[in-house]
Amino acid sequence: MSAVTPEIQRISGMRRFKDKGVQALVYLAFAIAVVPLISVLWMVISNGMARFDMEFLTHSMRNIGARDAGGGAYHAIIGTLEQVALASLISVPIGLLTAVYLVEYGTNGRLKRAISFFVDIMTGVPSVVAGLFVLAFWILILGMPFSGWAGAMALSILMLPTVVRAAEEMLMLVPNDLREASYALGVSKWRTIVKVVLPTAFTGIVTGIMLAVARVAGETAPLLLTVFFTDSINNDPFNGAQMGLPLYVFDQAARPNDTAIDRAWAAALTLIIIIMLLNLAARLITYWRSPARKR
Amino acid sequence: MAKQIEVTDVDAYYSGHKAIEGISMTIDARAVTAFIGPSGCGKSTFLRTLNRMHEVIPGATVTGKIRMEEQDLYGADVDPVSVRRTIGMVFQRPNPFPTMSIYDNVAAGLRLNHRYSKSELDGIVEESLKGANLWNEVKDRLPKPGSGLSGGQQQRLCIARAIAVRPQVLLMDEPCSALDPISTLAIEDLIAKLKQEFTIVIVTHNMQQAARVSDKTAFFNLAAQGQPGKLIEMDDTTKIFTSPSQKATEDYITGRFG
Repeated sequence: MSAVTPEIQRISGMRRFKDKGVQALVYLAFAIAVVPLISVLWMVISNGMARFDMEFLTHSMRNIGARDAGGGAYHAIIGTLEQVALASLISVPIGLLTAVYLVEYGTNGRLKRAISFFVDIMTGVPSVVAGLFVLAFWILILGMPFSGWAGAMALSILMLPTVVRAAEEMLMLVPNDLREASYALGVSKWRTIVKVVLPTAFTGIVTGIMLAVARVAGETAPLLLTVFFTDSINNDPFNGAQMGLPLYVFDQAARPNDTAIDRAWAAALTLIIIIMLLNLAARLITYWRSPARKR
Repeated sequence: MAKQIEVTDVDAYYSGHKAIEGISMTIDARAVTAFIGPSGCGKSTFLRTLNRMHEVIPGATVTGKIRMEEQDLYGADVDPVSVRRTIGMVFQRPNPFPTMSIYDNVAAGLRLNHRYSKSELDGIVEESLKGANLWNEVKDRLPKPGSGLSGGQQQRLCIARAIAVRPQVLLMDEPCSALDPISTLAIEDLIAKLKQEFTIVIVTHNMQQAARVSDKTAFFNLAAQGQPGKLIEMDDTTKIFTSPSQKATEDYITGRFG
């Protein structure tokens, strides 16, 4: 009898020990994960502060000699912002519509499976291959010049699968009850998607897009092959070579003198700050849009 | 406004599996018709065929005829979206749109279909919330989100949202099953009031509720698990609950099975 009757007991020492042990492991894993993050941030901030000033943010590298101090990354900041904005303009609408198709319209059809398959393949495309593709197709075959636009196309290839997957996940999280509620009011499917499903998934989709932006903003290889280099300010992303912050870092860091190395660190810091500001802006947008705020 | 519905020999399928079979009935205008029966007997499925919500599920199909006042709801040239606008629906779980305020929830059906002026909308929203006995509780917080209301209030909000588009018929799929007794009473009072204007069909697992609110009751049953559900009998509610003509109905109502 006593062997099978469950009793209320004290927690055994062994379980207490295991519990504490696993807890310690989790904390340790967290610490290990945080160490590289902190060290990268620390390195970039401490080395980048030396040249992170107004001159750096407002001047290009035009007429700056190989050993000169001074100069800045204004042309690279402009280039990065324009290229990433253009890449988002291409990939966000396509990615969002693809996700809407996958979740709302593709009912396990062959097309849905094919699209899903190719999105997975695109996720695995190395960034340099995206750059090579644009170089081969746009610049060598069609004979277009190097430009920010060509870089944006290469970046959009990298952004697209991230946007599709993020938006797809978020759309699948929208409860079916809401779609049915909308249908039952005599609202058509398309309007249901635009007015009910997308606003409900809005916050998550914006977060996903920001992750995709942050990912491509730091890409160097595709830009090397498509936007080329320049030391001058070029505000027109459709004409002529541009610069980008990752390219600038790559270029300056390869030079032998300390003034260039300092500029590379400062540019890296600028890139991190730009991505942080973009994330902050996205947070503010989602906060401003969230229904919880009005409660 | 209210209209009668005539159903002839309706079968409904989920990807080839037959869920309900051979259902024929007449649903009276300006009356409450209750559907009762054990779980899985196809009450909800049949309810959803009435406003063409059944076919929203991938692979779901319907055969047979459903007419509303000489209009074939399943006619080849009938737009299912317009059928749903004419025959509204309230669901088991309250499902207000989480991104919208109380006001926007009620106005949703109108706003998503046509353009209305602000004053027109204000009028309809107030009227619908009053119709759903919710106006006094929410009139001071219309711009607040609908998800902040209690369960019973949310369900009345959903009823207000459904009646705001001025349907002819209101289908209710176990509207009180997620609610406490007081909220249930509020909804039942509301049903009694709404039947002056609408044809109401309600699915319920609560037989006292069916007896309290309905004029006609239909009993559904299935021969065995996996078999399609059928309509066993349909009659005046008092007759079903006092002297049903089928043995199965009596057994179910007196609690001998199900």
